[in-house]
Amino acid sequence: MLVNRKLILAHFWFAFAVFGVALTLGAWQMFIRSPIGTWLSNPELYYRSLTAHGTVMGYVFPTLVAMGFGYAISESALEQRLVGVRWAWTGFWLIVLGSIMAVIPIALGRASVLYTFYPPLIGNLFYYLGVVLVVVGSWIWVALMAINLRVWRKAHPDAPVPLAMFANVAGSYLWAWTAVGAALELLLQIIPVAAGLKNTIDAGLARIFFSWTLHAIVYFWLMPTYIAYYTIVPRAIGGRVYSDSMARISFILFLVVAMPIGMHHTFADPQVGAGFKFIHSAFTALVALPTLLTVFTICASVEIAARLRGGRGLFGWIRALPWDNPMMLALAFSFVMLGFGGAGGLINMSYQLDASIHNTQWITGHFHLIFGGAIVIMYFAIAYDLWPHLTGRELVDVRLIRTQLWLWFIGMIVTTFPWHWVGILGMPRRMAYFDFGDPAIAPQALSVTFSVIGGFILLTSGIMFIVILARGMRAPQVDAGPYRFALAVHQPTTVPVALNTHALWVALMIALTLTNYGYPILNLALGGGTSVPAVYVGAQ
Amino acid sequence: MSTRDLFTFGNRHFRIGVGIVLGMLIVTAIAGFVVLPFAQPWVQFANVWDAICSAAGVPQRAASVTAPEQTKRLSEVVLTSHTLARPNQEAIGRGATLAQRCAICHGPTGVSRADSPNLAGQYAAVIYKELHDFRSGARSNAVMSPFAVNLTEEEIADISNYYAYLPRLPAYHPTPQLPKPNIVIYGAPMRGIAPCGACHGSLDNKTGSPWLEGQSEAYLKAQLQALASGERRNDISQQMRNIARAMTPQEVEAAAAYYASQPPDVVKAVD
Ligand code: HEM
Ligand SMILES: [Cu+2]
Repeated sequence: MLVNRKLILAHFWFAFAVFGVALTLGAWQMFIRSPIGTWLSNPELYYRSLTAHGTVMGYVFPTLVAMGFGYAISESALEQRLVGVRWAWTGFWLIVLGSIMAVIPIALGRASVLYTFYPPLIGNLFYYLGVVLVVVGSWIWVALMAINLRVWRKAHPDAPVPLAMFANVAGSYLWAWTAVGAALELLLQIIPVAAGLKNTIDAGLARIFFSWTLHAIVYFWLMPTYIAYYTIVPRAIGGRVYSDSMARISFILFLVVAMPIGMHHTFADPQVGAGFKFIHSAFTALVALPTLLTVFTICASVEIAARLRGGRGLFGWIRALPWDNPMMLALAFSFVMLGFGGAGGLINMSYQLDASIHNTQWITGHFHLIFGGAIVIMYFAIAYDLWPHLTGRELVDVRLIRTQLWLWFIGMIVTTFPWHWVGILGMPRRMAYFDFGDPAIAPQALSVTFSVIGGFILLTSGIMFIVILARGMRAPQVDAGPYRFALAVHQPTTVPVALNTHALWVALMIALTLTNYGYPILNLALGGGTSVPAVYVGAQ
Repeated sequence: MSTRDLFTFGNRHFRIGVGIVLGMLIVTAIAGFVVLPFAQPWVQFANVWDAICSAAGVPQRAASVTAPEQTKRLSEVVLTSHTLARPNQEAIGRGATLAQRCAICHGPTGVSRADSPNLAGQYAAVIYKELHDFRSGARSNAVMSPFAVNLTEEEIADISNYYAYLPRLPAYHPTPQLPKPNIVIYGAPMRGIAPCGACHGSLDNKTGSPWLEGQSEAYLKAQLQALASGERRNDISQQMRNIARAMTPQEVEAAAAYYASQPPDVVKAVD
């Protein structure tokens, strides 16, 4: 029962529009710093572009997708009209306003601080206020998800919460709490300096606050993708979810262990004690667990679909899968990219191995493979799957959809594999210019050139995606029927309260944040003497 | 069952969930705070508490190591982007009187006819820092040092404010504007040189870095050479010495010639 379709479409359209712009900037960045680009003689323009690209791709785009998808889940999984529609629109408009407010100073070259803020570098106040508005808008969504679930529970006491909604609310709580880190950094540290009330800043403390956000935000980006794995793919390919409980446990584990591990982003930072780095590193290893559970459960669910279609043999069933179904393709591509990206992630999370790739292009290669690849390809799949239900029109050209997914997959591999490689060779990230004429790095020119080609393949695929959706707004009308989620092999009739509510897991998440972040933050915040003068962008 | 019953040890999920998390935390904490610190043979800890504090990052006073004796004075000036940011008219007036003695070399309008630097419109923080350094001996020059030794803190601030207030005028010997050389806009990343323009204008400006447009070519070259040889050493944290040492003589020529050929009014575009 999708009632508020306009609301959901607005989220998706704004998300994909800004995605299209940021994707173009990304491809341009790749090109302009490559050996085939003609250098533009002004690194400042590169950093403007990079700030816009990172801010949109990191904060605006995935947040809007999670929100739009979340509203769709709430209405269709709970079969209940959205409560608080007016608030939902307010949240949406706050994000639109925040995005515009942030992008204007970036475009004027007043906030080229990159999306990680990089204090003591300080940009224009309105950039940060824009980001704050985006976060506030998304918090409205968090509240609405919780309220809608509560309303439903009142009407259905003791009934199992549908898996999609259970996971969706878990994702929203994760986001609510993890965004607090960056919010503290902005409100307590950066904004007072940007507003001219203070002119020194504790960059080390700011980095710790940011790491609070930086890891779990990744899992917030990932949530819609995992929800799609469990609740859309099996239905779309004619199978069933292998285990409903396993799915719930995975989402619960994300809630508990995605949060207190962010200091794996500060391994090279002197202001954090080695003992805390070790704890964060060990907990990071744990976060592989829900992903392994998911890979197992989804493979099993897919096998069920294949066997229902007459697949036999130990591996013979793979051939029986509906490979011409875009959802099947997207899942397979996503898993391949998740596999490679996950393997790379094992290197990043190891205290010692990380030293060899820290701040190199390996990192950017890594997160583009996981985020731009494994995660975003499922955003595409979600949009394709929901579109007929939102527009009441059919997406006719399935071949074009398949081509688009293939291109995204190929483009991502061609872009990121050489990207990782030059990182291992030591190419630093976030540099606007490389002199490939220098014999020391001339051999990397070829790899970088491949990445550029991959980047343009991605751009082509991204444009196709937007064209397909736009054409879908004008296709012949159909009745897509109610939007449904996959059923489990054993569809639960009762679920233990621990697996049906979030309270325990949210409590553990907060408790672990206190144990793993409490001392390092207090130490710097109360210790004093660790602030440095701010460096204002574009000011003497 | 309600959520209230969930938070009791009677609930199996509560016991398992809290138990595993607590167990993990204790095991990793023992490993990270006790076992691993002692596994480093090159560090000595007095006791377990000492090891824990070290692993937690508790700030510790370094053992009484005396800093190596500095043979030459280094700059002690601390600049922020707010140093002398809001001058008042009186300070500028006092500065104008004091600056009369500077005019012989730096010109009555702050534009030099000799190869001394042009000061008209230079950032106040820059002049402030150099005068301090001349006064303390961190920078020395046969002509400048005697002028600076007797200046008070207030006089230095006033002079700096006065020159910063003067309009930027074209240099006396304008040459045709040269195109930006590589060193100014790209730097030389492979040798760890950031673009000159990232701090000194043309791309961006950073606190404490002078703008260089229209300065004397001979002066700029001499400074780069002095920084490279270590004869001049008042740059904070060796920011400029590290760069100047890595520059080739051709790059020094190119940077000096480029900046000398620029009209100073282009500086405004970036402040
Ligand atoms: C789904 C698509 C994408 C997402 C979600 C994404 C996201 C991001 C993010 C979050 C950053 C970090 C910005 C920073 O380090 O400050 C980034 C950087 C970058 N992205 Fe993308 N991006 C995507 C696609 C692309 C594409 C297609 C290209 C071009 C081939 C590209 C090229 C770049 C480049 C060159 C950087 C800067 C890396 C560096 O120098 O550190 N991105 N991207
Ligand atoms: Cu992380």
